[in-house]
Amino acid sequence: MAETHAPATVPFEERMPRPPMVLNNRSMSWITNLIAGIPEQKTPLWWYITIAITGSFAGFGVLCILYLLFTGVGVWGNNIPVGWAWDITNFVFWIGIGHAGTLISAILYLCRQKWRTSINRASEAMTLFAVICAAIYPGIHVGRVWMVWFMAPVPNPNWIWPNFRSPLLWDVFAVSTYFTVSVLFWFLGLVPDLATMRDRARSKVGKFCYGLLALGWRGGNRQWRHYEMAYLILAGLSTPLVLSVHSTVSFDFATSLIPGWHTTIFPPYFVAGAIFGGFAMVLTLMLPARSIYKLHDVFTWNHIDVMCKIILLTGSIVGYAYTMEFFVAFYGANPFERFAFINRYFGPYWWAAWSMFTCNVIIPQLFWVRAFRRNLLTVFFVCMCVNAGMWYERFVIIAVSLTRDFLPSSWGMYYPTWVDVMTFAGTFGIFTTFFLIFIRFFPMIAMSEVKTVLPEADPHYHPPATSGTEPIKEAHV
Amino acid sequence: MTAAAARRKTLGVIAEFPSATTLYQAAEQVRDKGYRFWDVHSPFPIHGMNKAMGLRKSPLGYIIFCGGLIGFLTAASLEFIPSSFLYPLVVHGKPVNFFTVPAFFPIMFELTVLFSAFTAFFGVFVMNRLPRLHHPIFDYEAFRRVTDDAFFLIIEASDPRFSDTVTREFLEEIGGKDVTLLYEHD
Repeated sequence: MAETHAPATVPFEERMPRPPMVLNNRSMSWITNLIAGIPEQKTPLWWYITIAITGSFAGFGVLCILYLLFTGVGVWGNNIPVGWAWDITNFVFWIGIGHAGTLISAILYLCRQKWRTSINRASEAMTLFAVICAAIYPGIHVGRVWMVWFMAPVPNPNWIWPNFRSPLLWDVFAVSTYFTVSVLFWFLGLVPDLATMRDRARSKVGKFCYGLLALGWRGGNRQWRHYEMAYLILAGLSTPLVLSVHSTVSFDFATSLIPGWHTTIFPPYFVAGAIFGGFAMVLTLMLPARSIYKLHDVFTWNHIDVMCKIILLTGSIVGYAYTMEFFVAFYGANPFERFAFINRYFGPYWWAAWSMFTCNVIIPQLFWVRAFRRNLLTVFFVCMCVNAGMWYERFVIIAVSLTRDFLPSSWGMYYPTWVDVMTFAGTFGIFTTFFLIFIRFFPMIAMSEVKTVLPEADPHYHPPATSGTEPIKEAHV
Repeated sequence: MTAAAARRKTLGVIAEFPSATTLYQAAEQVRDKGYRFWDVHSPFPIHGMNKAMGLRKSPLGYIIFCGGLIGFLTAASLEFIPSSFLYPLVVHGKPVNFFTVPAFFPIMFELTVLFSAFTAFFGVFVMNRLPRLHHPIFDYEAFRRVTDDAFFLIIEASDPRFSDTVTREFLEEIGGKDVTLLYEHD
């Protein structure tokens, strides 16, 4: 193995070349044909079947919501003391999923992580749909839904204004800002690709719709100049925004006095958990799409590998937070806090806490092994565990903490009803239905951005003297 | 050139370039010749093209800063005017005067971001004179490929140095392919 000990004079880049972002020396028009070709092809049969299933779930979820609105929150399992149960659990679950999309599109952009170009479009779309699912819950959990305008910053009929010092109102501002900014960021990124769709469209409807949405984009550098600046600044704005949103969500709990909620560790812990759960959801959605649409050259194993590493990192941060919370409960000498944590892991809901710990902390440790990061089955299995584990985390924090607070006389168990279950299933239906519609009508990978990571996109690029047509095999270093 | 074409107004001259590299080098030469009303079109933003075209940094950042400032002031007014003046109500035992400001930070932050993002989004389209439903350049059939894999350089007829013949020859000289005069559509 003399070759591995190359002399120090050889630059690192040459000893360990970066794996290419797009495999097999694909050309620009190949990328356009692959990605723009997906919405252009005839609607496949599986799409109709899947959307029929997810659409049914979505429809049934909407019926459950209507049943709730016409009957009252009593149709849910919420009770006293568990006033926040699956509704807020699901709200936090969905909003957390959205965070991976913004992390990929904004934070990785600022960090010049070029691999993000293959997955940012779909992740941003996922963010939007997850936030839509999340936003359903605060609206419907208030019981008297016609009073939901109390969340808006306007005075009520007694001329009393909402409490601007309340984390719940902060949350309204944070989530609505987050959704709006995510839509703007997503659409801005979509404009050049919609122009591609417009220029390729053959049908009259396609020409009209894509033409309208592309807003007359011409790809001139005088346009790109402002576009890139806007994109950079939006990324810069989204970065603190995404960190603030889940911090604000965690303030809903952290500023209360309930043992198990009242902790200062929550903001970073929630943000890490959100990114963790979101990456798992991105992979859950994108791995099937990658296989169905043969995106292997654009969305390569290297992409999956780094995403798994991020799951491993954030999962370990979450695991650290779990254990540190437990330690602080012991070390803080607050008997109520100490009880809350013993109750969490050894009380009647022990199975939820241990499911959470197993799925979020133990199972992702598989990703230390390279072979597991590069195997579809293990990656998909871990992602599914993380999806479930992150839901359990929110359930454990929110509902289980409420079942046993200060006074044993006010303790009570929580059991979901079928309406709880079907509403949650309904949000999954809404989420996947939106995602299916998205991949059917919009380019799911940012073509104009993937082209920038090709070697020939560099204006100082010179084709190698040797034959450049030889396909580059994936580097196994 | 047909007789009909001769009567039409010339819009400019367009040349295609085979790659980002050649387009970049051509842009440097067009810049050095002193042309003013011209642009390069590419499927993606080319790194360093602003320098090659002699363009300054986009001033959008300053506009967005103003938008963010308006957002911050909106939030500050929205929070302080009702809470300190219209209906001062003591909640959580917190003061109603300026010293309650830490509890107001989250909304100030959110609205600053929200207004900045709107300014960025609408700013980029206003600066680019978009949206528009049509542009004469779309009549040039080959231009469709600009959103796929083609690179174009256009010098507009409104440029003071523009000449039907000289500019055309110049673009051919610097490596432009399919150099074509664009006419107003009639």
